[in-house]
Amino acid sequence: MLTGFMFALRRQGLKVGPQEWLALMRAIGMGLHESRFTGFYNVARSLLCRTEADFDAYDQVFANHFQGVALKARELSEEILGWLRQAAGYLNISPEELAAMEKLGLDELMRQLEERMREQDGEHHGGNRWIGTGGTSPFGWGGAHPTGIRIGGQSMGRSAMQVAELRRFRGYRTDLQLDVRQIKVALARLRELTREGTREELDVEESIEATCKNAGELTLVWRAPRRNNVRLVLLMDVGGSMDPHSRLVSRLFSAAHSSRHFKAFEAYYFHNCVYDDVYHDAGFWKGLPLTDLFAKHGPETKLVMVGDALMHPVELFQPNGAITWTQHNFRPGIECLRRLSDHFTRVAWLNPEPDRYWRHPTVNAIRDLFPMFPLTLDGLNGAVSSLVKGPVRARI
Amino acid sequence: MKLFRRSTDRRAQDFRRFTGTDSYISSPALQDAVNVALALERPLLLRGEPGTGKTLLAHAIAEGLGMPLITWFVKSTTQAAEGLYVYDTVQRLHDSRFGDRDVSDIRQYIKLGPLGKAFSADDQVVLLIDEVDKADLEFPNDLLNELDNMTFTIPETGDEITAKHRPMVVITSNNEKELPDAFLRRCVFHYIEFPTEEQMRSIVAVHHPDLERKVVDQCMETFYRLREVSGLRKRPSTSELIDWIAALRFSGVDTSRLGKELPFVGTLLKMEQDLKKVPAARS
Repeated sequence: MLTGFMFALRRQGLKVGPQEWLALMRAIGMGLHESRFTGFYNVARSLLCRTEADFDAYDQVFANHFQGVALKARELSEEILGWLRQAAGYLNISPEELAAMEKLGLDELMRQLEERMREQDGEHHGGNRWIGTGGTSPFGWGGAHPTGIRIGGQSMGRSAMQVAELRRFRGYRTDLQLDVRQIKVALARLRELTREGTREELDVEESIEATCKNAGELTLVWRAPRRNNVRLVLLMDVGGSMDPHSRLVSRLFSAAHSSRHFKAFEAYYFHNCVYDDVYHDAGFWKGLPLTDLFAKHGPETKLVMVGDALMHPVELFQPNGAITWTQHNFRPGIECLRRLSDHFTRVAWLNPEPDRYWRHPTVNAIRDLFPMFPLTLDGLNGAVSSLVKGPVRARI
Repeated sequence: MKLFRRSTDRRAQDFRRFTGTDSYISSPALQDAVNVALALERPLLLRGEPGTGKTLLAHAIAEGLGMPLITWFVKSTTQAAEGLYVYDTVQRLHDSRFGDRDVSDIRQYIKLGPLGKAFSADDQVVLLIDEVDKADLEFPNDLLNELDNMTFTIPETGDEITAKHRPMVVITSNNEKELPDAFLRRCVFHYIEFPTEEQMRSIVAVHHPDLERKVVDQCMETFYRLREVSGLRKRPSTSELIDWIAALRFSGVDTSRLGKELPFVGTLLKMEQDLKKVPAARS
């Protein structure tokens, strides 16, 4: 029963491993939950969640997993206490068992989890709504608020279940929303530290060296502190299919713009696809040819593209395909994009569309050139890692 | 009952339980988290809105368990090594130049940092690492080993500092930066939620015990209304409410007029933009 709870948490994306689990077993073995169900809820939460962003998923899994328990809590409370007491027995895990637990791959975990979930359904829930909202994706909960679950009696289980079912921590989930501060935090990881500027830090090694050379006469040597040397160019798709995402994109822009720690930051605009020019303004009045862009920003500059990469294939693959018919592009859009990805050594593409909508010829073609990430906090972190450490395989 | 064996065999009743103090109102969930941290000897990581009493909790634990408190205020320039010890090279160079002291004794130039002091203390202490997220992003990672093993070596002297008693480590974070996973998995985590009105009343009662119920009602009503003003950059929290009530009492303002005007609004709202959003504050 309790092990099933761990697998259910993993399924919801909480990073619960054997180590956390053993810590929980140890805590229960020591009686920290004081044989209260709420105590168990608190103790388990403090050990299994790492941030308040995990609380909502934890609450859902908790409510879902122990629901059958709460319904019959009065009769079952003895049994629950029994598990909790028995849990001390889990502590006698043999080294072989522990090794086996650690060896379990994700696939195996998932398989076991599914198996358990099937068993669980039959036993406790019997096809009620919970499973309907349960789904498989941690992102699929949408507006389905699991209220109205009947809880019988004033059982020991009641308060913990109520806490779990209230889902008070929904606002803290990170996979759903992205605000300026969070973007800043993610962008802050973009850095290359170099020593430039005023010398204000004591260089001990050099000072000793210089003092020795100076026959013991104290000579202090100062050096410049390490500073961020990252230059960033943001190229944003505006208008048309990007309109629904304008708020999100403008948040990204304001976060990058107000992050003072970049050595240089510039933003340019394009519509649907980049052709021979990019634009200084979102109204496309003041153009900048790609050659000038390359002259201004060297290959060491990091390039972040923002767009849905969704357009008519003609716009991407054919000369004169530009959506603005007055614009005659000699080179097809894909060539211009290739020039961008060739010139800049570190590039990333942020796509505001969820990745399940990425199966489209133009999106695929662009993903061959740019590592693409969804414009969520997780996606942004992935993009930043790729910009810092070099491209890894794009996630889907 | 069989118990899990680690370095020492411990029973539930072996460790001291934290049950809050007279001046610090804590929720059962918070007490559970503190006790888990105490029992498992893991650092307690606290997050929550500014002003919800993260730092005060460390003081309360120290008071409640009768342990001394050592505080390490983390700043943006703080390096992990400073927490262990600082080697005053400049002083030593200086002394060598002028021959003031015996420079061959390096120990006199080694000054223990908060972590070093907590380790070498004769009694178990509470170590507060305040606002861990203020420092460099790698800062928490640099502390992992020391917090795990509670020991470190000073290469300059070869001395090994090992904790006589594992300190109760309390770490607070304002969520400004994401903390590394490896660090998080070693901590017991608790998020201090904003108190409910009922909890807030008992908190106010602790700080202002002789306040009339009617006055408390009026203050609370104004306070919660202010918190609901949308788009505030920094919503007033518990500590602001306590300060505000103190200011009101000290100056003897007539609290029955609170609905129309907001005296001492500066104690509640700290941002200029926020003041503009509240009509009563403008007048």
